[in-house]
Amino acid sequence: MKPPQFQYCAPGVLDEALGLLDQCGTDAKILAGGQSLIPLLNVRLVAPLYLVDINRVAALDYIDARENHLAVGAIVRQRSVEQSPVVRQRHPLLIEAITYIGHMQIRNRGTLAGSIVHADPAAELPALLCCLDGEIVARSSTGERIIKAEQFFTDYLTTTLDAREIVTEIRLPWLPPQAGWACIEFTRRAGDYALAGAIAVVVPTPAGTCQSARISYFGIAATPVRGYEIEQMLIGTTLDDAILQAAAHAAESLVQDDLSDIHATSTYRRALTAEATRRVLRTAWQRCQNRS
Amino acid sequence: MVTIKQTSMPALHDMCSLSLTVNGQHYERRVPARLLLSDFLRHELHLTGTHVGCEHGVCGCCTILLNGEAVRSCLMLAVQADGMDLTTIEGFASSQEPLHPIQQAFQEKHALQCGFCTPGIIVSVHALLREHPMPTEEEIRHGLSGNLCRCTGYQNIVAAVKCAAVYLADQETTHSRNENNK
Ligand SMILES: Cc1cc2nc3c(=O)[nH]c(=O)nc-3n(C[C@H](O)[C@H](O)[C@H](O)COP(=O)(O)OP(=O)(O)OC[C@H]3O[C@@H](n4cnc5c(N)ncnc54)[C@H](O)[C@@H]3O)c2cc1C
Ligand code: FES
Ligand code: FES
Repeated sequence: MKPPQFQYCAPGVLDEALGLLDQCGTDAKILAGGQSLIPLLNVRLVAPLYLVDINRVAALDYIDARENHLAVGAIVRQRSVEQSPVVRQRHPLLIEAITYIGHMQIRNRGTLAGSIVHADPAAELPALLCCLDGEIVARSSTGERIIKAEQFFTDYLTTTLDAREIVTEIRLPWLPPQAGWACIEFTRRAGDYALAGAIAVVVPTPAGTCQSARISYFGIAATPVRGYEIEQMLIGTTLDDAILQAAAHAAESLVQDDLSDIHATSTYRRALTAEATRRVLRTAWQRCQNRS
Repeated sequence: MVTIKQTSMPALHDMCSLSLTVNGQHYERRVPARLLLSDFLRHELHLTGTHVGCEHGVCGCCTILLNGEAVRSCLMLAVQADGMDLTTIEGFASSQEPLHPIQQAFQEKHALQCGFCTPGIIVSVHALLREHPMPTEEEIRHGLSGNLCRCTGYQNIVAAVKCAAVYLADQETTHSRNENNK
């Protein structure tokens, strides 16, 4: 239960960190909040030769409310986001999703970027990023690229990020002012990763029907899953019980078959996914109704 | 092919220098990079009040304050605490001092049996009460959710937190009264 040996460095400047990655390639790992990486080191599921700690790169510590999105630098703690007045005021869905993550002690260290790069399919933030069509900004010594959420997550704990890249920023689009939103999950114990969970955003027309909808799931497959088909079903409806029932039914088929583990069988996860769909959509719809 | 100017590159090391403050006392040490902060506190500084249960962030026994925030010391490398200010359970009251109000409340309400979880819980409760000085039952249970106790069943811990909140509030009023009388 102790980390294997590695060489360590905590550069203060991003370019130095990128230079180190060039030098060390796939033998190196980035250390951010450490709330996923250090458990993996402790149980020796990973054994990098080099650890590049980015916590001292002060330039990556910012929360920026831009015109189209909220930008969060790579070393901003989940808890700082949770307590940020601008986020509380302008991105309540992010707050709702973040508070499901582990416990206060975990969120005091864990970062948004770390959670997204770690890409646990049962994690809230990757699913939120997919739901909102957010973006990941990645830097390497040769330049910067912006990766769309739907092109980022490829498999269990696997992304399209290159070993020589560092994620510098996470971009989460704002919701339209009239939107309703919710994040719901089922866990065995408070703070656990979800057995199944869903995040939804619905936008009503002035007449009170659904103009557009977004829904994504976590804990139900090897990556976060966007429910595109369900989104289409909802448009033009008033999200009445019959539609919610149909959406819940459609959601069941998104659950991967071979997901049975010590925590839950696939059948149980399917039932939870259906219920999460009903609840998340009902809550999101109520919230936008209450607003107007 | 990118050429790297080796001179400008910071170096990677398997031994690192560390300078930090723990419970008000300054320490300087050289430690292996892979040494966990929990092990540094226990084995190097002999502050064995910080307990180690799971070493993957789940049990909460190893919770300490890092620059005032409650964190898992088993999920940090010692070297990451360089330049930081830490408080462990030993910093709440020395053996010559009366108990800290939170400790006092835990003793009075029988909020511990074996006591293995207690240091981590007291540190977490300290952080909880700073954010919610008069927490509701729900806030208490939520605030304790990151700490496991296999003995008590939590009822007395919740009672102790309520009691500690009152003690701390009393201490606060006495303190400000004394300040005003000066
Ligand atoms: C008890 C416990 C409960 C938890 N519960 C939940 C939960 O309910 N939901 C949830 O989502 N998470 C949970 N987590 C995990 C937590 O959210 C982590 O903080 C998060 O998954 C990783 O973020 P980090 O900053 O700690 O990253 P690290 O652990 O430092 O890194 C994780 C991975 O991402 C890479 N990485 C990190 N940052 C970057 C970057 N900027 N660029 C490139 N690569 C990078 C690292 O190399 C590593 O591979 C829990 C953790 C614990 C210990
Ligand atoms: S030993 Fe750190 S949380 Fe269990
Ligand atoms: S008192 Fe024994 S684990 Fe809590």
